[in-house]
Amino acid sequence: MSKVMLEVNELTTKYVTRFGEDVYAVDHVSLKVEEGKSLGISGESGCGKSTLALSLMGYYFAPLHYTSGEIIIDGRNISGMDPDDIRRSILGTEISYIPQSAMNALNPTQKIIRFLEDVIRAHDPKVTKEEIYELARERFETLGLPAEVLQKYPVELSGGMKQRTVIAISVILCPKILIADEPSSALDVTSQKMVIKMLLDLMEKGFIKSMIFITHELPLLYNVTDDIMVMYAGQIVEKGTAREAVFDPLHPYSKGLMGSIIVPEIGLRDMKLTAIPGVPPNLKKPPAGCQFAERCKYVQPQCKVRAIDLRDIGGGRAYRCIFSEEQLREAYKNGG
Amino acid sequence: MADEKGICLSGKGLTKIFGYGRQKCVAVDHVDFDFYEGEVVSIVGESGSGKTTLAKMLLGLISITEGEVYFQGKKRDISTQKKKKEYWTNIQAIFQDPYCSYNIFNKIDTVLLDCIHMRGGKKLPYKKKVELMTEACSFVNMKFEEMTNKYPFELSGGQMQRLMIARIFLLKPKILLADEPTSMIDACSRATILEMLMQLRNDIGMTIIFITHDIGLAYYVSDTVYIMEHGKFVECGCADDMILHPKEAYTRRLISDVPKIYEEWDLSTV
Repeated sequence: MSKVMLEVNELTTKYVTRFGEDVYAVDHVSLKVEEGKSLGISGESGCGKSTLALSLMGYYFAPLHYTSGEIIIDGRNISGMDPDDIRRSILGTEISYIPQSAMNALNPTQKIIRFLEDVIRAHDPKVTKEEIYELARERFETLGLPAEVLQKYPVELSGGMKQRTVIAISVILCPKILIADEPSSALDVTSQKMVIKMLLDLMEKGFIKSMIFITHELPLLYNVTDDIMVMYAGQIVEKGTAREAVFDPLHPYSKGLMGSIIVPEIGLRDMKLTAIPGVPPNLKKPPAGCQFAERCKYVQPQCKVRAIDLRDIGGGRAYRCIFSEEQLREAYKNGG
Repeated sequence: MADEKGICLSGKGLTKIFGYGRQKCVAVDHVDFDFYEGEVVSIVGESGSGKTTLAKMLLGLISITEGEVYFQGKKRDISTQKKKKEYWTNIQAIFQDPYCSYNIFNKIDTVLLDCIHMRGGKKLPYKKKVELMTEACSFVNMKFEEMTNKYPFELSGGQMQRLMIARIFLLKPKILLADEPTSMIDACSRATILEMLMQLRNDIGMTIIFITHDIGLAYYVSDTVYIMEHGKFVECGCADDMILHPKEAYTRRLISDVPKIYEEWDLSTV
């Protein structure tokens, strides 16, 4: 068994609204990422994917608050640490983050090399400019980016190039875990492929040890990550390997997500896209029972009464439903 | 191709050049096309290939450097504001970014009322207008009673895009130009939006011009696919033929760039 890089136990974080209401955007989430593995997180907008990413980094600034649970990065518990301490000692070297909109992540008035100087000097103020330039040039060339980029301003780069530059900046200190939050959703398919190739290269060349990849595109997740976790309304509803989650989904919600996949392959046009009806629950007043009960095709009276536990069925697989595996598979076979 | 159907919109030698002299940039380069009535046409290409410029020219939002647009066989005339408005009752658009598509000071019922007024329903009794708006909202699975007093920013991206479709439902244009309508919303709402667009096509029989960079999406929705590279159409044809037997290298590359699940996704060809 390889080393566990990131372990999260029953993490709960909440947003506090202006009116003092608590919104639990991440609700008792547990996960484990081993060295050399990647985990994909999927789910629709507003299900807590990005909040989970921020929580994992210890980025607790109002209105986001830490409630309970622990985050262990490579044997070191960071839960409850002061955000400023985390920024100094953990961000960049232990865990790093690629934001969704790289377009807005770079200050337009500064050259790319300045961002790298900022990152490196924040951790070690004594490094000289020449050393930083050497390191950056070498790293950029290994990752297939031209070294001229370093002397350019962000506006001179195209969208895909900007995103790849942001990735290169995020991993300059070789973090153990990289969290990529929809790194390719604003790009066209060709640039998306370049970004994905770069992320996989990073893993291969050992600049990062493990990766968490967040996106709503299941085909992409299937191709990039080893494991997939599906979230709904702040909770994990399904966990499994990529193949299992895509071809043999157990939870009705993941089954529904499968119905919205579009790939240019034979048979797509005969398939009817199925959207899940309804909207996610309002997390200010979460329902008493299963969060998905309102939209579920197979809803039972007892679903709405009590909360459903995550059922672990071994082999890293888990799902949150009252039905057994066989019952669910039978239902999907008959009802599509 | 549909023989018995008439040609709805066509272009002859359409060209758009930005800048002049050394900084000249040819965005769209002498494209010819015929879009038939009731057809779903996709224009596919990567960023910077001139898809959106072409769309803007068809809408009459920017001037055309060279060439002509023919609408229902006649030369399009948008020389005056009045004629332009008349043209816009026939062609409407859904844009990529729903967040920027609305006037932030207008409530949602104003947005929908404007559409009714544009169709000449200004003198209708208010009750009738509400009926029409309720019908449009229920078409896109929204409740008019909940929407009427909201501002656009209170909606989510998917809801905004659905409201856009409600507008189209009220306006009933001959042509709908959808410029990447699903690229900013998640996969689940995307399915809803696509289904609604298809239903609109079947109900009203309008032509949909669907612009996207995702060839999988184009394959799913369209009858005819045009592939655009550097301002030119490099390949055009029936969707099934095109995706399963692509002729041009560029088309093959676009197909290989989309992540797949039944086949291996080849990452080495970047």
